[in-house]
Formats: sequence, structure tokens, C-alpha cells
Amino acid sequence: MKSLPEITDKVKKNLIWKSVFRRDYRNTVRDRAQAVFGNVFLHLHPVQVRESAVKLRFTWGMGGITLLAFIILVITGVVLMFYYHPSIDQAYTDIKDLEFQVPFGVILRNLHRWGAHFMVIVVMIHMFRVFMTGSYKAPRQFNWGVGVILLVLTFLLSFTGYLTPWDQLGFWAITVGTNMGAATPLLGYQGPFSEYLHITPYNDVRFALLGGAQVGGNALLRSYIWHCVAIPLVATILMMVHFWRVRKDGGISKPQK
Amino acid sequence: MNPFIEIITQPDNIAIVIMVIMVCFYMVWAFQQAFQNDRLLAAGLPVDGENDRFVDTFKPLVRIELLVALVVMVGLTVWSILVDAPLEEIANPTLTPNPAKAPWYFLGLQELLVYFDPWLAGVVLPSLIVVGLIAIPYIDINPKGNGYYTFAERKYSIIIFSFGFFVLWLLLIVIGVFFRGPGWLWYWPWQEWDHSRVVFEPTKDLTAIIGIESRSFAGFIIGAVVVGSYLIGGMIAPYRYWKKNNPELLTQLGMIRYVTIIFLFITMMSIPIKMVLRLVFLIKYVWITPWFSV
Repeated sequence: MKSLPEITDKVKKNLIWKSVFRRDYRNTVRDRAQAVFGNVFLHLHPVQVRESAVKLRFTWGMGGITLLAFIILVITGVVLMFYYHPSIDQAYTDIKDLEFQVPFGVILRNLHRWGAHFMVIVVMIHMFRVFMTGSYKAPRQFNWGVGVILLVLTFLLSFTGYLTPWDQLGFWAITVGTNMGAATPLLGYQGPFSEYLHITPYNDVRFALLGGAQVGGNALLRSYIWHCVAIPLVATILMMVHFWRVRKDGGISKPQK
Repeated sequence: MNPFIEIITQPDNIAIVIMVIMVCFYMVWAFQQAFQNDRLLAAGLPVDGENDRFVDTFKPLVRIELLVALVVMVGLTVWSILVDAPLEEIANPTLTPNPAKAPWYFLGLQELLVYFDPWLAGVVLPSLIVVGLIAIPYIDINPKGNGYYTFAERKYSIIIFSFGFFVLWLLLIVIGVFFRGPGWLWYWPWQEWDHSRVVFEPTKDLTAIIGIESRSFAGFIIGAVVVGSYLIGGMIAPYRYWKKNNPELLTQLGMIRYVTIIFLFITMMSIPIKMVLRLVFLIKYVWITPWFSV
């Protein structure tokens, strides 16, 4: 029977362990810094932060929680994609399968659905916090704008996901939503001045959104691709810019008087 | 079951209840910190966070991030165990539900459809919300209140933003979720939804009050004058007020900023004005043109 230190010694003192973890952590100033900038996930942070960044009362952690919600949604979303066909013949029965056949399918879908509602809520509260602390003021004006676009993308991510189960709720929510597109001035067939551009239900904004004059198979495919590929791609790029600029603009905002 | 309990325990509406609780909580927390800092500012003391020391990211920050992540994940898991995501009947283009509601975060905009035509409520106003939000840092030239909670140093921007965020966005969402039933009619939470209920509201257009047909040429002219004087008067009145009382502010703002601020502000205020006109005076349109109506 070996003692615990002996076992740790065995685990740590070999080529494989050392190739992964370059050195032991000794809780020195150097190692605490190394832990942050030597790690691809943690190096988003500066090595040292101001006390307020560590206290919940200033930021409420809302931006980080939004990112966490996004990650949860990407993971559950990718798993859901394994069980789903974006066609009107199969979409609804695929969701039924999730409910009755797929192991843990119900909780998988629940996590994705409630995670999505949660993300919309926290991203709005994040915006409120940034406004209330005046953190959009110089030098952070541009990053506020990036944040507003990310807020809109969050709404659109949730909106495009509504149609995917192909049930009555999603079908009519998307019908109501995209009917607004038909009212676009100049470019929607019911909108003001559109008759001068010869806009009809078959060449207007709504047609472009749905891939047809009604919510059908093309609309399901389009919302699926927007939901799973296009918007997450754009949102990820903008998130990179958003986080990069948080650092470059001086980190969590501090009182400037 | 009690209709109120029924409506707030619908699986998708639980999210709205959670939103209301969270928003109220953080609103109180934000204003409490703002007033606390205001007292410090009044006494000439440093505000919260002004004399911060630096601490290591590893581990204080990483630890709290991990804890918050755990709490969130446990919370979402419990929520997902307790409440199942609904799945309604398969999509049926021939069977329109009544009411047909947009996703909950767009219900504020859907509520605006009661007061505005779709091109305004569904396209122009949402676009202006996005443009207006992005514009905030460029039109708010008050250098104070940067990086800390305060109310006293930036009263007007906070009041305007809070009105937009809490009343025009969140309150309208809550109304859309909990108070709108079949036919988009108003239902108190304790009222049963009645699909045969019809409310006859004899709405009229603004010019009909003085007996002029709104679709006539005279009605068109009067409507144009009313809308035009709202826009032009709204543009000029603050200018004249500030010119007299605070000319320095106008110089600091400059022409482009002034016009942007006032345009966004009078557009925003047109929403509550149109609501009062519609709800109290039963006025549907102020101005009817051959192309659009407002």
C-alpha cells in the first residue's frame, strides 16, 4: 500500500504530466501570474485586477454570466443537433423523440430552452448595469456599441430558435414576427412607398427572411442555419472584439473624476 | 385553477416571473449604491471603488467566477428538472391561435401595434431603439459618473434611460405576457379568457373631433400641421429654453448632437403620447396620408 504523497509523486514525475503542466504551482507572485497568462482560457484576464472586479456588487458578474449562458447553449445546442433534422416532415417528430426516446432528451431540451430565456434576461441586466455605472463613457463608447449589437444578436438567436420545434407556438410567433418585415418602408410589400419600387409579396424583405411567401420548409431551413451557424459565428467574432476591447479600454471601469 | 396562478405557472411564463424578480432586485441594488455614492460625493469623500487596491486574478477572481458559474449551472439544472419545456401541437397554417403572440422579449413591440401601424411599431421604432442605444455614449457629454454608481451627477440621463428600459420595454413586455388575451384585449390576471368577448371602442381620428373628415384634404392638412408642429416645436422649444437659461450647454452640444438628442427624445415621447391619445381620447390616427398613417 502506497501513501498519497508517493502516488502524487508517481503521477507527476513523468514525461506525460510534465508535458501538460510545465511546472509545479507554488503560490508565489510569479506562479500566480503564470497561472493566468500561461493558460489560454484564463489569459482573457489581466494578471492583477482592481478589488471592485472581485466584488459582486459592482458588476454583478452579469457579462460573465451571459458568456456562461452562451457556452451552455452552444454545448446543449450541438448535442441537440445530433437528434434533429431541419425539415417539416421530421422536425416535430424529432422533438417528440427527444421527449420519449432519447436518454436525458427532456432535460437536454429544457436546459437549452431555459438557458436561452436566461441569457436574454441577463444580457438585458448587463446593459442596465453598464449604463448605471456610466461605463459606456470615454474611452468605452465603441465597446458599448458592440454590446448593443450583441444584445440584438441575442434576441435574434432566440427568435430563430423558436421555429425549430415546428409546433404551433413557434410557427405563429415567427409568422407574427416576420409579418413585421412586410411592413418595412420601401422594402416590404405592405410598407409605405413600396409600390414605387414594384415590391410584391414575392420579392420583399419578408420573402427574403422566409425563403417564400409563407412560413414553410424553406423558412425552417433558413432559421435553422441562422440559429446554428450564421448568428453564432457573427456573435462569437463580436464577443472576441467585445472582450478584447474591455481589456484594451482599461479593464473593468473605475471611478474617473 | 385560479387564472392568475395558471398564467404565471405556464412553463414559458416562469421565465418572465424570474425576469421580473431579477430586474426588481438589481434595480434596487443599483439605485441603493447610486444614492450611497451620492451621499459620499456630497460629503466630498471618495466613492466606492475609488481607492481600490490591486489583487491577483488567480485566485480571488477565478474563485468567484467558478462559484458564480456553479450557482448558475446548478440553478439552470434545477429549473430544467422541475419544469419541462412545452411542445404544442404540430404547426398548422390553417389554425391561427388567438392571441398569436411573438416571443416574449418582442411583446413590447407587439403591444405598440395597438397604437402605431406596423411599419412604425415593427420596423422604424425598433431600428431607432438600436440606433439610439448605440448613440448614447456620443450624445451624453456629461463627463461625470464615469465608472461608478451615481444618480445626482447624471439625473436626466438616468431618468430617461430608466423610463425607456423599465416602462417602455419591460413593463410593456409584462403587459403583453400577462394582461393580453384573445383579440389582444386587456384581461386582468383574475379574469378568465373569453374568446367570444368583443369590445366595441368607437375610435376616431384626431380631426373628427372638430368635425373634419380625416381622409379629406382639409383633414390631411390639419394632421400634417399637428405632426409637423410636434416635430418642429419639439425641436425648437428646448433650444429656446436652453438659449435663455443655459447657453453654454448648447455650445458644448453642437448642432448635430442637439438634433440627434432631441429627435430621439421626441420620438421616444411620441409613444406615451400616442398611448394616452388612444386609451383616454380613443384617437386612432393623428394624420392620414395616401401612403401612411400616424
